[in-house]
Amino acid sequence: MQRAVLALADGTVFEGRNFGASGACIGEVVFNTSMMGYQEILTDPSYSGQIVTMTYPLIGNYGVNEQDTESTRPRVEGFVVRECSPIASSWRQQLDLAGYLRRHGIVGIDGIDTRALTRRLRDHGAQMGAISSEAESVAAVRRLAATAPPLEGRDLVAGVTCPAPYPWREGPYQHRLGPAEGRGEFSVAAPSGGDTAGPPWHVVAYDFGVKRNILRHLVAVGCRVTVVPAATTPSQALALKPDGIFLSNGPGDPAAVPYAIEAVSGLLGQRPIFGICLGHQLLALALGGRTFKLKFGHHGGNHPVMDLRTGSIAITAQNHGFAVQAETLPASLELTHINLNDQTVEGFCHRSLPIMSVQYHPEASPGPHDATYLFQRFIELMRASTSRSA
Amino acid sequence: MPKRTDLHRILLLGSGPIVIGQACEFDYSGTQACKALREEGYEVVLVNSNPATIMTDPDVAQRTYIEPVTPEIVAEIIAMERPQALLPTMGGQTGLNVSVALAEAGVLDRYGVELIGARLEVIQKAENRQLFKEAMTRIGLDLPPSGTARSYEEALAVIHEIGLPAIIRPSFTLGGTGGNLAYNIEEFEAHCQWGLRSSPIGEVLVERSVAGWKEFELEVMRDFKDNVVIICSIENFDPMGVHTGDSITVAPAQTLTDKEYQMMRDAAIAIMREIGVETGGSNIQFAVNPENGHLVVIEMNPRVSRSSALASKATGFPIAKIAAKLAVGYTLDEIPNDITRLTPSSFEPMIDYCVVKVPRFAFEKFPGADDTLTSQMKSIGEAMAIGRTFKEALQKAIRSLEVDRYGFEPLLTWDAADPASLERARRQVEDGLRRPNWERLWYLAEGLRLGLGIDALYDLTKIDRWFLANIAQIIEVEEKLLRAPADGSAAQAADDPRALRLLKTYGFSDVTISRRLGISEAALRARRKAHGITVTYKTVDTCAAEFVASTPYLYSTYERECEANPTTRRKVVILGGGPNRIGQGIEFDYCCVHAAFALKEEGCEAIMVNCNPETVSTDYDTSDRLYFEPLTAEDVLNIVEREQPWGVIVQFGGQTPLRLARTLEAAGVPIIGTQPESIDRAEDRERFKQLLDDLNLRQPPNGAAKSVQDAERIAAQLGYPVLVRPSYVLGGRAMDIVYDAQGLHRYMREAVKASPEHPVLIDRFLEDAIEIDVDALADGEQVFVAGIMEHIEEAGVHSGDSACSLPPYSLPADIIASIEEQTCLLARELQVVGLINIQFAIKEKMVYILEVNPRASRTVPFVSKATGLPLAKLAAKLMVGRKLADLGVARKVALDHIAVKEAVLPFVKFPGADTILGPEMKSTGEVMGIDRTFGLAFAKAQLAAGVSLPTKGTVFISVRDHDKPAAVPMARQFRKLGFQLLATAGTAQVLTAAGIEVEAVQKVKEGRPHIVDHIKNGRVDLVINTTAGEVSRLDSFSIRRTALERSLPYCTTVPGALAAIQAIQALQEGKLTVRSLQDHLAALG
Repeated sequence: MQRAVLALADGTVFEGRNFGASGACIGEVVFNTSMMGYQEILTDPSYSGQIVTMTYPLIGNYGVNEQDTESTRPRVEGFVVRECSPIASSWRQQLDLAGYLRRHGIVGIDGIDTRALTRRLRDHGAQMGAISSEAESVAAVRRLAATAPPLEGRDLVAGVTCPAPYPWREGPYQHRLGPAEGRGEFSVAAPSGGDTAGPPWHVVAYDFGVKRNILRHLVAVGCRVTVVPAATTPSQALALKPDGIFLSNGPGDPAAVPYAIEAVSGLLGQRPIFGICLGHQLLALALGGRTFKLKFGHHGGNHPVMDLRTGSIAITAQNHGFAVQAETLPASLELTHINLNDQTVEGFCHRSLPIMSVQYHPEASPGPHDATYLFQRFIELMRASTSRSA
Repeated sequence: MPKRTDLHRILLLGSGPIVIGQACEFDYSGTQACKALREEGYEVVLVNSNPATIMTDPDVAQRTYIEPVTPEIVAEIIAMERPQALLPTMGGQTGLNVSVALAEAGVLDRYGVELIGARLEVIQKAENRQLFKEAMTRIGLDLPPSGTARSYEEALAVIHEIGLPAIIRPSFTLGGTGGNLAYNIEEFEAHCQWGLRSSPIGEVLVERSVAGWKEFELEVMRDFKDNVVIICSIENFDPMGVHTGDSITVAPAQTLTDKEYQMMRDAAIAIMREIGVETGGSNIQFAVNPENGHLVVIEMNPRVSRSSALASKATGFPIAKIAAKLAVGYTLDEIPNDITRLTPSSFEPMIDYCVVKVPRFAFEKFPGADDTLTSQMKSIGEAMAIGRTFKEALQKAIRSLEVDRYGFEPLLTWDAADPASLERARRQVEDGLRRPNWERLWYLAEGLRLGLGIDALYDLTKIDRWFLANIAQIIEVEEKLLRAPADGSAAQAADDPRALRLLKTYGFSDVTISRRLGISEAALRARRKAHGITVTYKTVDTCAAEFVASTPYLYSTYERECEANPTTRRKVVILGGGPNRIGQGIEFDYCCVHAAFALKEEGCEAIMVNCNPETVSTDYDTSDRLYFEPLTAEDVLNIVEREQPWGVIVQFGGQTPLRLARTLEAAGVPIIGTQPESIDRAEDRERFKQLLDDLNLRQPPNGAAKSVQDAERIAAQLGYPVLVRPSYVLGGRAMDIVYDAQGLHRYMREAVKASPEHPVLIDRFLEDAIEIDVDALADGEQVFVAGIMEHIEEAGVHSGDSACSLPPYSLPADIIASIEEQTCLLARELQVVGLINIQFAIKEKMVYILEVNPRASRTVPFVSKATGLPLAKLAAKLMVGRKLADLGVARKVALDHIAVKEAVLPFVKFPGADTILGPEMKSTGEVMGIDRTFGLAFAKAQLAAGVSLPTKGTVFISVRDHDKPAAVPMARQFRKLGFQLLATAGTAQVLTAAGIEVEAVQKVKEGRPHIVDHIKNGRVDLVINTTAGEVSRLDSFSIRRTALERSLPYCTTVPGALAAIQAIQALQEGKLTVRSLQDHLAALG
């Protein structure tokens, strides 16, 4: 197998083997601690601009299938693992990991000490890096890493948002348990547990790089979803006559998408709003709070988050490099969720307006399903708001 | 939620003796629970009959009862101690069953004792197959179709519905005892009958077999506030059909997508809520159809388990400790994560390595036993290994097993040019793969070498292709890089750094590489190091390096960065005992743990090396630093090189570290305590003989035979019977007593091939001799005899299988004095620093020395408990330079109680195996009975071992000619105690002649009704059966086996029977009373 080199901006170099596509890539190097779900991670648009290292060393074991994707294609800039599996073994697999990455032109490197890399990132912070399977010299890769522009201030949303509005109908993945049934499948239209009493809630979802599973969960609780581009203005959004506005996850620095902050500002108080991840950060910014860059971010599926209203703890999926500064939350907001590992802000709601948001990923994928109740809560928010305005 | 303040005193039940399915893991969990509860200010009352546990040390719980873990005895303890709560989830199935019995009998209500951790309804719902099935159906989860039955007729009705093959699972048993897979109706009937008998409530579940499906386990925890976390997922390498305890298991799950895993996680959480486990840990097993992902629930255990111990070691998350804290009211977020310190326990551990557990078996000890792996657990122990890849972890696990395999050694030979030879080999491989057995790993490798593809191997085994592909990679690299050089030229791989590195990252041992390349291990090591290919250590930290770890819990791998960061303190490495096996179990782990405690007290850094996930020694809390590593020369030298310790202790881990002593010494490793030279003097037969001659001590006459003729000559010279054994194996393996030339021939023909390199050792067998075990401490000058134990069974029964009494119950003072004197002589001569164990035999007032072991022995924990002296701890202190005098150990402890140790045997798990005791050790564990008289102590020991001696009824006696004179007074005593007697013709004749009333019954071969018919008809309450020679053994086999399967007490030796008489007499005189160990020891003054 071909040699490949990973270099960090601080000059650290790891030599390994190339897998997936050959070539070079640059991005912010971050680590994800999930032990499963690499396909969902690869295709999560929030990783745009980033090279992802999996801390779990054995990746690719169950291959790749068409169902476990969070967008149309892999979104990471590069992929770093300890060992890419020699085989894809699963009744659902359709392609092996290396083949999948090759098909989509994603450069991978394996055979490196990913734990050493992770410790480096933990101690010195996430930083820019580069992978190359072609550079003649290690020094060249190092140069690539050192000169890569940092994430701060870069609008990565523009690269992952949809070009035009579209409707979304698909519900969450379900596996039929019956022995005679074959494959797992996605439900379509309003499934059980949803609000079937009245007409479906129309939700306009701002696509800052939305994960499909968020949309699926909105469908699951009885929403009719229209996905709109990030640059949609408040009046354009309101013209769609939504019952609620959803602000999606997305890549990079929230402060770098002023048009989105502006749009959110224009929507405050107009309709119930639910934000997740980048959407949560944009809401905070629009409401007068500030965000900051975490040292190495939260990327994984085991973060304990406490719902301060109930005291109960959800194990959550997380993926963010920036966070809302707790002390900058305006008095109009109530802190509703905190991360028990580092006490960072994980969620808030508005004291008078129908606004709720969380930093983490209740849609999971990959990760635990503990927090899916939030989608139901959004329905309640819309219902309460409708009855109030009625 | 804060902890509960309405509770002050909490009762904890241990799991009793080590048996198959219930081993050290419950000492690990129970010890953690005791410590956790004490830390919170609760008073802990502990009941456990197993003296070899750390938990029964007098300073672990406040009140420790080394008493039988039975409902009656525990009820007595409750009446005395009046605890407010009972934590039933730490003592395995035993603890759970006894707790249920106490609750159902109303004892807990009567004394106002609350079940914490798992309420009665919860246990019942989880353990009762029917209730469990109903619960799962309510939450929409599938189970394999099944039905419960209380009779064979009911079982037949179930099978009519679900069809064959089917699994028969008895309710409320541990380790799947009595469980089996039936392919036809004949097997079905046999398995049902056995299953119904094995279940304490006479109930079996008949379940459609999902053999061949993928098997997974989740370790789950829940707190009072309904927070649920998954600590670890485990995937079984061996698919459904093999008991998980006998399966190779891997953590985390490897072949599930996130969607599939989360479905399983959701199911597990739903199960916790539906069953209602309020607090604590549970283990839930699932099966997945590999063709379509169909998920079914197999079972749950609402308690800590072997898997939870494994999960704790695999992740660094201490499940039992946290479970104990949750039981008293804390919530997960209120308990800090020990390893990161700054984050809470309300999270799910993420690991960045692969963990492989491989079971260890002992079929060679049980001739006649079927070695097919099924739904009933048969393994004796396990080893766990951690690596950065599955390949590395698997190969490390293999060498951790200590079965003289260091990798994928070939099993077969074939001639690649000969189609017939190839075909034969292929057939052998297919047989070895189709039927699950412990060597399947190696058959897979042979299959690959023969060119069988992954699909072919999958069809034969249903082992997931991912595992197979990884093994294929190992074999591929081996074939490519380790072709033995045909021309004898220097091996290339040894000089190719890239090849060497690849081999090491794949987990190849230096032994395997050097053997295949035809160079010495030392030479390979030197070259490897010259190429800069050295080991690195990584930390087990629960969080995949996301946070800084404060606990040095390390494993080796070949990576770039090493995290070992050795300190500059004065440090001592303790080498542990590796996987449990018969002859080397928890007793040695107990000693290692004490060594760690002692070193800490002495201001040394204690560094533990071990690979047994069940143990207390591999709790990261036990030592200052823990290396979870195989105990091979390579792995130990690596650690020593990195740590540069002041000393290494090889005395405590049994044979495992002793076998390394010479290699370590040669490599310049400082071994502290008794020197390897002394160990060698005691172990080498010739040198040992010389030693005894020099000291003027006596051993049974003996010789070494290098051929059959030699053996005949020596045996004739010594006089029959003789004790024969091979010179190169340990633990009584293949040791036997032969009574005549014919027996000797058979032994030399079938058991052992004698050769000049491997002579067969022949000793005069001292018939009817009393065997004595002595444990002593020495500091190089002074010697302290800590315990003299008199065996109940005569010499010739392995000391590990014999019951014994401390103090001796029949020895005169002069003999005891002589034993003490000889012990001191030997300890001084061997310059023992630490522990020494000597086995003596007393025959006709003569003292013979059988064996000298200048190291910790199996009886150290027993003596420590009986006398209150922490021998292993003291020994470790002596090894770092303290003297007996300054440790205050001088005066002999005068006991005012008698402690009896009894062995616990696993025969019931091995249909077809004989129950007779001999020179080869077969027991898996031990119990202790302690009381004022020998009879009472022996009765308690029997009860603790699961034997209920009858106080009335009928005794069947059938003894060999040699024992007939002894049978007369014995029979007379039974009559005096009110028993009826049955005897076979010969024995009956002798008894009748002595005027004893006895009914003669027929032997099995004499026609019906015979003795086995009488036993089956329930006419017999106690069986006494001694045999001599192969023929009589075979004749009476069915008697012992029937007694065993009917849980009938039986004695296979005369002294055993005589001790039983004393116990029965004591039982007739009144009911057993209990006393805490602390009270016993306080009385010693």
